[in-house]
Amino acid sequence: MAATAVASPPTLNSRLPTDLSTETLLEIYRVMLRSRRCDERAWVLHRQGKVAFHISAIGHEAAQAGAAFALRRGEDWLVPYYRDLTLMLALGYTPRDFYLGLFGKKGEPSSGARQMPSHWSMRSANVVSTSSPVATQIPHAAGIALAIKLRGEDKLCLTCIGEGSTSQGEWYEGLNWAAVHKLPMICLVQNNQYAISAPVEKQMAVRTVAERAAAFGMAGVSVDGNDVLAMYRAMKEAADRARAGDGPTLVEARTYRITPHSSDDDDRSYRSREEVEEWKGRDPIQRFRAVLEDAGLLAVEMHEQIEADIKAEVEAAVKFCEAAPYPDAGEGLYPVYAEQITSNK
Amino acid sequence: MAEMTLIEAIRAALDEELARDERVFITGEDVGKRGGVFRATMGLIDKYGPHRIIDSPLAELSIAGVGIGAALYGMRPICEIQFADFIHPAFNQIVNEAAKMCYRSDGAWTVPLVIRAPYGGGISGGLYHSQSLEAFFTHVPGLKVVIPSSPHDAKGLLKSAVRDPNPVLFFEPKKGYRLIKGEVPAGEYTVPIGPANITRAGTDLSVFAYGMMHYYCLKAAEVVAAEGINVEVVDLRTLLPVDRESVVASVRKTGKALIVYEDNLTMGYGAEIAAVIADEAFAHLDAPVKRLAAPDVPAVPFSHPMQDWFMPNAEKIAAAMRELANY
Repeated sequence: MAATAVASPPTLNSRLPTDLSTETLLEIYRVMLRSRRCDERAWVLHRQGKVAFHISAIGHEAAQAGAAFALRRGEDWLVPYYRDLTLMLALGYTPRDFYLGLFGKKGEPSSGARQMPSHWSMRSANVVSTSSPVATQIPHAAGIALAIKLRGEDKLCLTCIGEGSTSQGEWYEGLNWAAVHKLPMICLVQNNQYAISAPVEKQMAVRTVAERAAAFGMAGVSVDGNDVLAMYRAMKEAADRARAGDGPTLVEARTYRITPHSSDDDDRSYRSREEVEEWKGRDPIQRFRAVLEDAGLLAVEMHEQIEADIKAEVEAAVKFCEAAPYPDAGEGLYPVYAEQITSNK
Repeated sequence: MAEMTLIEAIRAALDEELARDERVFITGEDVGKRGGVFRATMGLIDKYGPHRIIDSPLAELSIAGVGIGAALYGMRPICEIQFADFIHPAFNQIVNEAAKMCYRSDGAWTVPLVIRAPYGGGISGGLYHSQSLEAFFTHVPGLKVVIPSSPHDAKGLLKSAVRDPNPVLFFEPKKGYRLIKGEVPAGEYTVPIGPANITRAGTDLSVFAYGMMHYYCLKAAEVVAAEGINVEVVDLRTLLPVDRESVVASVRKTGKALIVYEDNLTMGYGAEIAAVIADEAFAHLDAPVKRLAAPDVPAVPFSHPMQDWFMPNAEKIAAAMRELANY
């Protein structure tokens, strides 16, 4: 208990996990790349004035893909936050689903286009709807994990959050429940070092978010969040701990937000271009690609084929969503109460 | 039929719902061995065990937030906030999360959650054990807000709340916990969330109230009846959704309306009822719509003379009834 470790050296640990097949490793790579290309296209659409808002996951792909593949997808539960594009794509959300949200078009699956983009929900994959005020989802995850435990089910609940949001009381209160009741829960803190403009040292006086686990009496681990295999291993360990009844884990993924906070932010006012360029050099996708190439699992032609497939998929999704109709204004009237739910969800 | 106090009726409803549905569990501060500070959950931990009656950490927002999570998973949590005055840390969870979940997920997710909270003054609770907070929550689409005033309704409405697929705030008039007694049928029955209840039919004026104030309105109506004033008393019971039809129907009959609530006057629940009457019964009015409420000070002061000055009571209500009847 309360073991806080700063795991994984700064260099990529290239030893491939033995419990992941080649197919799975390539699927992880595909998900990371799909997320990146979807995200980049969203920035272009915003610059073209075609969409009102985008909030990015660029740089977070390894942290989220490593987490996703440590879950029993479709069985375990996820209470996400707005930067979880890679996680959502790994759980079956499609580029079309994402762009319907970006454009605010009819039938958008997370909210029927009621919410801003990237406010995920996917009931079929046990992904709970999230809001914009940060850290509100942490007590929900604890409640879900409590229900899992009360029912004696072999599942866990993962919730994600940024490091800035760990300053919120809701984060503390939710994790305290998880620790007191030894709940099957994992809190993945994606520490990208900035809460909009506020650097991590203005959020906390501790060296790592993971150290805070000691205060709850739960396991805490800090991981190189740009190393997808290190992330997978840490998340797998946390998942095993949860399933064994040994309680929650606080996993910190140390990463970097390559883009501004959102399309409404300009990060030039608070951080240097040199710093951003330095982190671009630690790109999680390039690092994983190098590992796969070294292991002889990813030939250049295969990479190019994956790129081409994703490009076609993204362009088709954008085209479809641009042409898709908007919701009727009257759809805004419902469903305020459960009695008004008419769809076959 | 047995005579019960309000708190006994609430306990009976909790007991029956725990027995009926294994998804139901209770959490809150001191709800376990202590049985709640007002004893609403007394004995339930012995009957249902600590996995169904769960003492929470002393942190109100997490009581609501964990309840929301469990409800999303398919449980039927009943959360107790020890005093309504302590609900403010949970405001974000209730208003931004529970209330908006169904709408913001286009109906994919719902939050079948009950939050019980004792409210109201007159019990020497001072500023922070006396508040009436219904108006904060009746402004929020997506919530249902219920305040019972009799043991019969408390049991029936609480059972309905537990079975409701939406988040329900269930405010209980704590001054009435042991003061208000009434006949309660044994076993299964429910009172639907929604309709108001005419608890005393009358012709001269309509009085709208809920919770403790409804209890005092009945007392006051009896007093003025001896003076020949025939008051209709309507127990609103469900504050959200608003039962506009019952309000309008009563005013159309009597032509005069008095709304009584123990929250401070300005922007209180009575303002909405007055607006409904102005909107839908204007042509039937024989007098201005009147409100009797607490003064616009931050909360109920502790010392007796100040507390009594703050609280509406049967005498003040009777005076307001006479004044309106004589208009």
